[in-house]
Amino acid sequence: MDSAPAPDAVPLAIVDASKRFGTVQALSGVSFEVERGELIGLLGPNGAGKTTLIRAIAGRITLDSGSMRVFGTPLLPRDPRPTLGVVPQELAVYPLLTARENLEVFGRLNGVDGTDLPARVQWALEWSDLKDRAGEPTKRFSGGMKRRLNIACSLMHRPSVLLLDEPTVGVDPQSRERIYEMLASLQREGMSIVLTTHHLEEAQDRCQRVLIIDHGRIVASGTVTELVSRTLGAARTLELTLDRPLDGAAAIPADVTLSSDRTALRSVVNGAHVDRDVARVAAVAVGAGVPVRDIKLTGASLQDVFIALTGRELRE
Amino acid sequence: MILTLLRIGWLNLKRDRVAQAMTFVLPILFFSIFATVFGNQRNPTRRITVAVVDEDQSDYSKKLVNALQAEGGLAIETSEKGSGRSLDRTRAEAMVKGGTVPIAIVLPKGLGDSPRFFATPEAKRVAVQLLADVSDPVAPQMVQGLLQKVSFTAAPEALATQGMQQFERYSGPLTPAQRASFEAWLSRPPEAAPASASTNAIGLPIDLVNVMQPSAAANGATVSFYAAGIGVMFLLFSSSGNSGTLLEEQEAGTLGRLIGSRAGINGVLTGKWLFLALLGSTQLCVMFLWGSVVFGLPLRTHIPGFLVMTVFTAAAASGFGLVLATISRSRAQLSGISTIVILTMSAVGGSMFPRFLMSESMQRFGLVTFNAWALDGYLKVFWREAPISALWPQVLVLSGLTVVFLAAARFFARRWEAA
Repeated sequence: MDSAPAPDAVPLAIVDASKRFGTVQALSGVSFEVERGELIGLLGPNGAGKTTLIRAIAGRITLDSGSMRVFGTPLLPRDPRPTLGVVPQELAVYPLLTARENLEVFGRLNGVDGTDLPARVQWALEWSDLKDRAGEPTKRFSGGMKRRLNIACSLMHRPSVLLLDEPTVGVDPQSRERIYEMLASLQREGMSIVLTTHHLEEAQDRCQRVLIIDHGRIVASGTVTELVSRTLGAARTLELTLDRPLDGAAAIPADVTLSSDRTALRSVVNGAHVDRDVARVAAVAVGAGVPVRDIKLTGASLQDVFIALTGRELRE
Repeated sequence: MILTLLRIGWLNLKRDRVAQAMTFVLPILFFSIFATVFGNQRNPTRRITVAVVDEDQSDYSKKLVNALQAEGGLAIETSEKGSGRSLDRTRAEAMVKGGTVPIAIVLPKGLGDSPRFFATPEAKRVAVQLLADVSDPVAPQMVQGLLQKVSFTAAPEALATQGMQQFERYSGPLTPAQRASFEAWLSRPPEAAPASASTNAIGLPIDLVNVMQPSAAANGATVSFYAAGIGVMFLLFSSSGNSGTLLEEQEAGTLGRLIGSRAGINGVLTGKWLFLALLGSTQLCVMFLWGSVVFGLPLRTHIPGFLVMTVFTAAAASGFGLVLATISRSRAQLSGISTIVILTMSAVGGSMFPRFLMSESMQRFGLVTFNAWALDGYLKVFWREAPISALWPQVLVLSGLTVVFLAAARFFARRWEAA
C-alpha cells in the first residue's frame, strides 16, 4: 500500500451517495460500510446502479451528493486512489502484451517503483496461477486466465480495498472457483472486497454480507440468513413428487400449486408443524388416487429473497 | 510514467505486423509509385514527335532538318519505322491522321533556292507546310515557333547572303574590296556546332540558367517533393490511425485503467502524443531514406533542415491525430472522418499536386491546411536550398498548430474523465 491506512478507521464508507443521469436517478442515497477483511456482494438487476456505484468509488463518476471515505479520508473525483484497486467488468489488459508486461506496465502506472516491481510481478503471477504462461501474449489466454490477470493487474500496488465489477462473468466453474480462492487469500491478508455479481449462489456461498440494490437505492443488506429471515421469515418450500400425473379433475387448495407436468405439488409452509403441512398437501394426491414418491422441504434461498425484493419484471 | 506509456505503444506496435506495414511499408509504396511516375521525367515538358519530309533535299533543307533534330523539345522522325525508308508527304499525312504524330513538316522542292528572309513583293516564295492535327492546340504553335527559329539559325550564311543581296538591290553593288571581304567571311571554317541552338551567333543569345537546387539533380528534387507530399499525407493517416487506439482502449477498458492510474488523462494524452510524434518522425525518416537510396533524393546534404521540418511536422500531425480520435465515438467514425479530412487537406495543401502550380487564390487558400505549411518547409529545404533560419515561419505555424491541436484534444477528452 502506498499510504498507511489508519488502523481503526473504516476501510470504505459510503454515505448518502446520489447520482442522476438526465432523467434517470442512477443512485439515490446509497449508504454502506465495508469492514476490514470483509467480502461484500453487491447484487441487483441490470441497470440497478451497481456499476455506477463502483465507478463513483473508483473516481470515474462524480456524485451529485453524498460522500465517500477510505480509512476516514474523503474520496474526491480525480484524486489519486492509491488504497483502492478497481477491477473493471471488461478484460482491461493489452492483448499483444504478455502477462508479465501487462503486470509491469500497470504496476508502474500505479506507482510501484522499479526496485519493487520484479517481486510484485512474481507475486502476481504466482497468485493468479499464470507463472507458466508469463511470457505469452494475453490474446492467447482463455477467458478464465484473462479474468485472473485482469484482477492481478489491479493488485500490483497492494490496495487495501478492492472493487470488482462482475469478476466471474463468462468464465467456467473451475476458473470461478479459482478466482474465489484468490479473493479468499486476499481477505485473509485483511483486504476489504466489494464485488458485483449476477451469480446469486456465488454471493450466497462466498460473501459475508450482501447488499441488494434496485432503482439506485439499497433495498436490503445483511448476511444471507438475515435477508431470508427478514424478507421471507421462516418460510420453506414443501414439494411432493407424484408417481404419475395428477388427474385434471383433482381438487387443489389455493395455497398449493401443481407443476406444469402435473407430477409435483408445491406449497410455501411457514409454521412449526411441518407434519400437518405434509399431510394436508399429500391429501390432494391421496384423494386422487396417485401415490407420492418423494417429499422435499427446502429453505428459501438468496434467489427467493432477490426475486421477492426486486420482482420478476425483466430489466433491459 | 510517460516512459511506461511509450513502452505500451512500442510493444503494441512491435507485435502488430499490420500496423507496422501501414505505418512504414504503405507510405513507401505510394511514394515509390509517385516518384517513379513523376520523378523520372527529367524533362518536365513532353517532347513533341514531328515527322519531317525533305522533298527539297537541298543543302539548306538538310541543314534545317539537322537543326530541328538538335532541338530538345522535338523528336524528329524522317524515316518510316520498320522499313527505314525516307518519309514522303503521303506517308507523313497518314501518320498525322492516324495519330502517330501530332504534326508533320514538309520541306517542298525549291525551298533552298527560294528567297526566304528578305523576299520582294513580286518574288515567288516556296512555303514550308505543316500538316497538323488541330485537336492538339500546343504542338502546331510550338513547332511553328521552333521552325521559325531554326530557319534563321540553321544556315546563317544563307541569311547573310540574302541580306547582302537585298542591300545591293537598294543601295547599289558592293565594291570589289567589300565583296572580297564578305566572301572571305562566308568561306571561313565553320564553327563547332553549338550544344544549343540558342547560343548560335544569329539571333538574340539566350542562356537557360537553373537557379534551383544547384547541388542536386533535378530528379532528386522532384523526388523530394513527392517524399514530402506523400510523407505528410501518410503521417496524418498513421497519426489518426494510431490515435484510434484510444478508442480501442476505451472499449477494452484499458483506457479507464490508464486514466484511473497516476498518469491521469493528461499523462495519457501526453504519452500518446509523444509516441505518435516519435513514430511519425521515424516514418518520415524511413521514407526519405528510402527516397535517398532508391531515387537519389539529396538527403545527406540537407539533414539539419530535414530534421527540423520532420520533428515539427510529426509533432503537429500527432496532435491533429489526437483531435480526430477524441472527437470520434468509434473506430468506424474515426476512419470515415479522417479519410475525408486528410484527403481534402492533402489535395488543397499540396500533398497530391504541387501548390506552386495551383492558382494564386488556391495557393493562399491552401495555407489553411496543415500540409501546406509542412510542405512549404520541405520545399524550402530541398528545392530552395534555404538555410534553417528561413524555416521560422513554418516552424512557428506548426508549433502553434501543435499547441492548438493538443488543447483541442484535451478539451474533447473530457468525456473520458469523471462524468
